[in-house]
Amino acid sequence: MAISQKISDGFSRRSMLTGGLASGFLLAFHLPVRAVNEPNQPPDDPNGKFAPNAFIRIDHAGKTTLVMPQVEMGQGVYTAVAMILAEELDADFAQVTLEHAPPNDKLYGNPTFGLQVTGNSNSIRAFWKPLRDAGAGARAMLVQAAAQQWRVEPVSCSTSGSQVTHADSGRKLSYGELAAAASSQTPPKDVALKDPKDFVLIGKPLKRLDTPEKVNGKAVYGIDAMLPDMKFATVAVCPVFGGKVGKVDDSAAKKIPGVQKIVVLDDVVAVVGDHMWAAKKGLDALVIDWDEGPNARISSKDIWQDLRAASEKDGAVAKSTGDIAKGLATGEKLEASYELPFLAHATMEPLNATVHFKPDSCEIWTGTQIMTRVQSAAAKAAGLPLDKVIVNQHLIGGGFGRRLEPDMVVAAVRIAKQVDGPVKVVWTREEDIRHDVYRPVYRDTIAATLSGGKIVSWKYRVAGSAIIARWLPPAFQKGIDIDAIDSAVDMPYDIPNFHVEYVRAEPPAVPTGFWRGVGPNNNVFAIESFMDELARKAGKDPIDFRRAMLGKNPRLLAALDLVAEKSNWGQPLPARVGRGVSVQPSFGSFIATVVEAEIDEQGEVHLRRVSCAVDTGIAVNPDTIMAQLEGGLIFGLTAALYGEITIEKGRVQQSNFHDYRMLRIDQAPKIEVHVIKSGEAPGGIGETGVTAGPPALRNAIYAATGVALRRLPIDRALIAAGKKA
Amino acid sequence: MATTLTINGEQKSFDAPADMPLLWVLRDVLGLTGTKFGCGIAQCGACTVHIDGKPVRSCVLPVSAVRDRPVTTVESVGASPVGAKVQKAWLDLEVVQCGYCQSGQIMSAAALLAATPNPDDSDIDAAMAGNICRCGTYVRIRAAIKHAASQRQS
Repeated sequence: MAISQKISDGFSRRSMLTGGLASGFLLAFHLPVRAVNEPNQPPDDPNGKFAPNAFIRIDHAGKTTLVMPQVEMGQGVYTAVAMILAEELDADFAQVTLEHAPPNDKLYGNPTFGLQVTGNSNSIRAFWKPLRDAGAGARAMLVQAAAQQWRVEPVSCSTSGSQVTHADSGRKLSYGELAAAASSQTPPKDVALKDPKDFVLIGKPLKRLDTPEKVNGKAVYGIDAMLPDMKFATVAVCPVFGGKVGKVDDSAAKKIPGVQKIVVLDDVVAVVGDHMWAAKKGLDALVIDWDEGPNARISSKDIWQDLRAASEKDGAVAKSTGDIAKGLATGEKLEASYELPFLAHATMEPLNATVHFKPDSCEIWTGTQIMTRVQSAAAKAAGLPLDKVIVNQHLIGGGFGRRLEPDMVVAAVRIAKQVDGPVKVVWTREEDIRHDVYRPVYRDTIAATLSGGKIVSWKYRVAGSAIIARWLPPAFQKGIDIDAIDSAVDMPYDIPNFHVEYVRAEPPAVPTGFWRGVGPNNNVFAIESFMDELARKAGKDPIDFRRAMLGKNPRLLAALDLVAEKSNWGQPLPARVGRGVSVQPSFGSFIATVVEAEIDEQGEVHLRRVSCAVDTGIAVNPDTIMAQLEGGLIFGLTAALYGEITIEKGRVQQSNFHDYRMLRIDQAPKIEVHVIKSGEAPGGIGETGVTAGPPALRNAIYAATGVALRRLPIDRALIAAGKKA
Repeated sequence: MATTLTINGEQKSFDAPADMPLLWVLRDVLGLTGTKFGCGIAQCGACTVHIDGKPVRSCVLPVSAVRDRPVTTVESVGASPVGAKVQKAWLDLEVVQCGYCQSGQIMSAAALLAATPNPDDSDIDAAMAGNICRCGTYVRIRAAIKHAASQRQS
């Protein structure tokens, strides 16, 4: 694909990078690492600046600082948030400086959750209006200040490039010159927002603000925190879930050069050293006798047996329209069940947190998707009031939902309480994989009937862990996990008799949590896989079959038509090559995807090409939309091809990238993303590719071989055996 | 063990165990945190540096094995024309997402282009398959390598 053509067209040419590597380009994150004795200055400190709201600071010199309520973990949110603020503010985008927001739900809470959370692909959806209001409100105050000084009507003034202009008189004042006067203006109510046709930043494929420092090694992730006199630690947690530390023989470990201290807590052992190598060697030299506890007999086999049994029972009804009993008695019936495995997040940046605990304060350096929860969990672990706990946010080297949990920070604080001075605690990859909070196992059972080539009834039951019940208890109502049924209750197809149930089935001992793509991962896979089986039963082409039932969903229909054209759908392919389609209305974006794959005689899958059409509403940064789909597709296809965490004797059997495999560049397909122009409000994008890839791949295998896979990861032996559905 | 290495063109003296992987010397002793820890077993490539211009997984290379060979990390790969070309291509094509693996990707790509100025797809596969990117930026990495190869030495 010609990415270079797509993203070098037009506006990006004006980018700030034309002078070579980041020259003359200002990007100053609030330095996440500073001298320990430097007084703590919250990044939102408004003193001496025009600070009209939580997001914008303009000082007398005109330096414009934008405070980021959502964290950057690769999804491009810092650039998008800055673009939205700068658009309505009419700030000079090349001169903005970004800062991580400090923990503060009131100022920086995500409106969807009421918490400072980055997740569920909703940063732009949730903050679109508040950020525009913030930018427009600040702009109005600057205009008022200028108009007052000039004794003219504000409406006769215009703004651009961080300047107010009075065209009639030719006078200009910069935002810096106006900062003091603007501070005393009354914030306006109901300020008008720009007409989208007047956008100068939004909709342009601008260069990301975080990229320059990510290509020269200067970007600072949590794991890169460096403090004077810092020590380094690594941990061992009981390999059996819920197990405790029994006896620890540290005589050999203490002899390792560089080992400073061995910290033994009830469930975790840490070795503290002069560097990670000493800590790791020290840990390897420990002889730890674990008290494995009651979970030492748990295995994947039992977990699946329990889940299958649970999924056969009636669940809580999440949605029911028409008459499902009557519907299921009409026409040709098909039933199937689909199963998805446990998955680890395996973020490239292993779990870590740096903590400096003192009797009266605790300072933390980490990258997290949940700033305020980290602060409160750390305060509890430290035994300190909330205001004595400082959390320094960092760029995140992969979140994918793993950093929606505070467990790594809590463990690091507990260790730091026994260490004099700051300590950086880094999990080895093995500990990271074996002590994750896993994407749950799910089982979905579907029954549907066909009449006249269309679906007349659809009964869908999802069984699996209720992550919401643990993570956001007030949202768990009437036995329904709103995440687990996401994209199942709002299926895009027009079906007269429709019924969705949820069965809460918690796997014993295994902690479960959000994983990129969340509930829709499971549901889109089951729904779109079954759609292909129904299409085959109806004797229809998979796209024609879907199209006939998308009449009430014009945005998705348009995406499907576009991807059909772009993927050469229907044109002949060589033997053992197939195309598979999937559609989804998930996260407020409408996406149709076609995967083309070759399946060899051994059942191995070779990805050839992925085509994707997306209507995500207003694309704040179209290049980011493309990048998120490209990357999300790879993330989802990786899981479909390889992803599975298995449990034996209460332990996770995988440990590192040799046995928890990732798709690599030599297996990556060509990917084409087609962004449909739209004036609708922005949709979510960060997780959409993840949910789109697996069913389209599964359907490509189905098309090429006739083998109807109903589990992930794909079973090569089953494909090789060629057993058709 | 008292050791002196040439890192990014400078002599660095430090004390470290002979078996300590170069990765931890760079990160924890010398504070060069651009080189990343990803797996510790040479499976992911996040720790890739150049030794004598060749890509090496620093997480499994004992510091004593470096001897007098010069070490280059992402912090100074841009000092060479080919390294600068790669970094610029990464910016031009907006390759990066979370960015954590990209130090290693850039080091592998720079070594590839230094040895093979006009790599084809199979050259790219062979040189880059050891570098995992969880964000899935592979399509752009491939395009950026070709883009860099097409640029004249600056």
